[in-house]
Amino acid sequence: MGTKESRSSRREFLKSVSAVTGLTVASLVASPFNAVLIASEPKGETGPWYGYGIDIEKCIGCGRCANACKAENNVPDKSFFFRTWIEQYTIGNDGSIQIESPNGGMDGFKQKLPDEDIFKSFFVPKMCNHCHKSPCVQVCPVGATYDSPEGIVLVDDAYCIGCRYCVQSCPYGCRYIHPEKKVVDKCSLCYHRIKKGMNPACIDVCPTGSRIFGDLRDKDGELVEFLRTHNCQVLKPHLNTGSKLYYNALSAEVR
Amino acid sequence: MENHYEEIQEMLSRVDGYIYPNELELHWGILVVVYPYITGLVAGAFILASLERVFNVKVLKPTYHIALLTALAFLLTAGLPLISHLSQPLRAFEIMVTPNPTSAMAVFGFVYLWYLMIVLILEIWFDYRKDMVIWSQEKKGPLKWIYKILSLGITDLSPKSIKWDKKIGYFITVVGIPSAFILHGYVGFIFGSIKANPWWSSVLMPVIFLFSAMVSGIALVMIVYMIVSFIRKVKVDIEVLDTIMKYLFYILILDFTLESLDQMHRIYEAEESFEIISMLVNGKLSLTLGVIQIFLGTIVPLLTLGLFQFYKPAEKIRKWVYFILGFLILIGIFFMRWNVVIGGQLFSKSFYGFTSFKLQLVGIEGLGMAILWMVLPIFILAFLLWLLPPWKRAED
Repeated sequence: MGTKESRSSRREFLKSVSAVTGLTVASLVASPFNAVLIASEPKGETGPWYGYGIDIEKCIGCGRCANACKAENNVPDKSFFFRTWIEQYTIGNDGSIQIESPNGGMDGFKQKLPDEDIFKSFFVPKMCNHCHKSPCVQVCPVGATYDSPEGIVLVDDAYCIGCRYCVQSCPYGCRYIHPEKKVVDKCSLCYHRIKKGMNPACIDVCPTGSRIFGDLRDKDGELVEFLRTHNCQVLKPHLNTGSKLYYNALSAEVR
Repeated sequence: MENHYEEIQEMLSRVDGYIYPNELELHWGILVVVYPYITGLVAGAFILASLERVFNVKVLKPTYHIALLTALAFLLTAGLPLISHLSQPLRAFEIMVTPNPTSAMAVFGFVYLWYLMIVLILEIWFDYRKDMVIWSQEKKGPLKWIYKILSLGITDLSPKSIKWDKKIGYFITVVGIPSAFILHGYVGFIFGSIKANPWWSSVLMPVIFLFSAMVSGIALVMIVYMIVSFIRKVKVDIEVLDTIMKYLFYILILDFTLESLDQMHRIYEAEESFEIISMLVNGKLSLTLGVIQIFLGTIVPLLTLGLFQFYKPAEKIRKWVYFILGFLILIGIFFMRWNVVIGGQLFSKSFYGFTSFKLQLVGIEGLGMAILWMVLPIFILAFLLWLLPPWKRAED
């Protein structure tokens, strides 16, 4: 009595449960498996979504980018406040590793090791990675650090309380407390310039074209072309910060 | 320019290896050590109080109200070191007005207020309402009015209303236990959830913070109880001390096990950051971690209390040993916070170098300020004990 009915309703129930489960699993699985690079572009939005490329093979360590950045963005003229800086890596034939960034590389570099002792040496410009899943945006208690619609991580000077939690959470050391403004400061990709259609200052002064700035949504653009034709990598990929700073020829020693 | 050159030379002299240029400045100083230490004392003291009330450990009755007032005194100041370390302290209220829901720190204001207003103040009020009414009738002058105001004019002393006071007080304690867990577990989460920092990033961090909080809070209440008894010229009840120390012993074992597990896990997995962390532990943290936190703050108390499980020396000796152990534990847990907060900032996130921490004596982030925030709650506690003396409460 009533078994048929309850059996069929049970079947219906199982059907709907499996449908819901299937859909949930599918939606969970589908999105995270994008390619690493242009991975997590927010869907359903238009307009530019900026990223940045650095070709380590082209960087000569002249330091003009760091100089231009300081001048353009009123970064304090001290050697421990940088929005962008350059590191020199020297790996010796004996396996030793030397990393230096005297005055952030603003005055250029001198190689201390004689040529015959060097296994390899290269320069790595560093700056904010403008992460898409940025830890600094995640931890800011008041939302003073935020993602702009163009995918640029910005700071609201009038809102930052100076708790420094974002400084702690940035894996790349890109943030500092501005000694005069008493709020956190970082690379804004020269937001004031790009809003006027100009390039970030560091891009314009780079003599070798090792810095590439562009819109990741522009599939014919310079940056996407750079990503297509070079074997690019991001810093600390295991942290899954959704970094949009792509390096060509990034050596495993670089952190 | 010359000054700048000297400043840089001085700062660079503190660096070994390579650190990112922006890392030359160490961002969280001693005030951020003091803050989790104080919150831990609050949570621990409350847990001890709840042992008596919820878990019916009747021996601990003499410490019940002392524990609650200690928790309140320290909680009242817990937020101050945090606010005073902000670069923009006047904007602190923004955390309450526009909290960012994804930020662990943004929860602070709410957890803090919940604990202060709902749990501690309400519980103490229900506990003391009857006494405040009686004192407002007995005392003269301004005190009479103070008690009147504190009792909010609810003067009903009928057995029924007193029974309700107790019921509600009990209910609040039951709610208070998970609240105390949240209060301090969340402090651990603030550090444990920072994936950029391998010394902090650990799922065990909130649990370790919690257990070390209990250890420190219980030790503090025991010491306050001993000092208060000494000042009042009353004999310390050795049974109370024995019981407190028994619980302290068990919780310290758990705490030590968890911390060891965390370290063993790091050593065995030996991830990318392993080399720099082992250099940190064996180098810059060898004194504060190896000697103070682990040896003096943990092993010595554990061995002594372990010995006392089999062999109990005379009462007088036991009292002194407990007193000294209490201090050792309090110092040990302070340095546990130190090793987490300062230790986590001593190595570069490039894992290629170290900086060092220079403790300043004066200034906002200085030692003087830290001492102020540690001493202030002791004065508040003295005032609370004078205003609401647990030993002058009417018998139930």
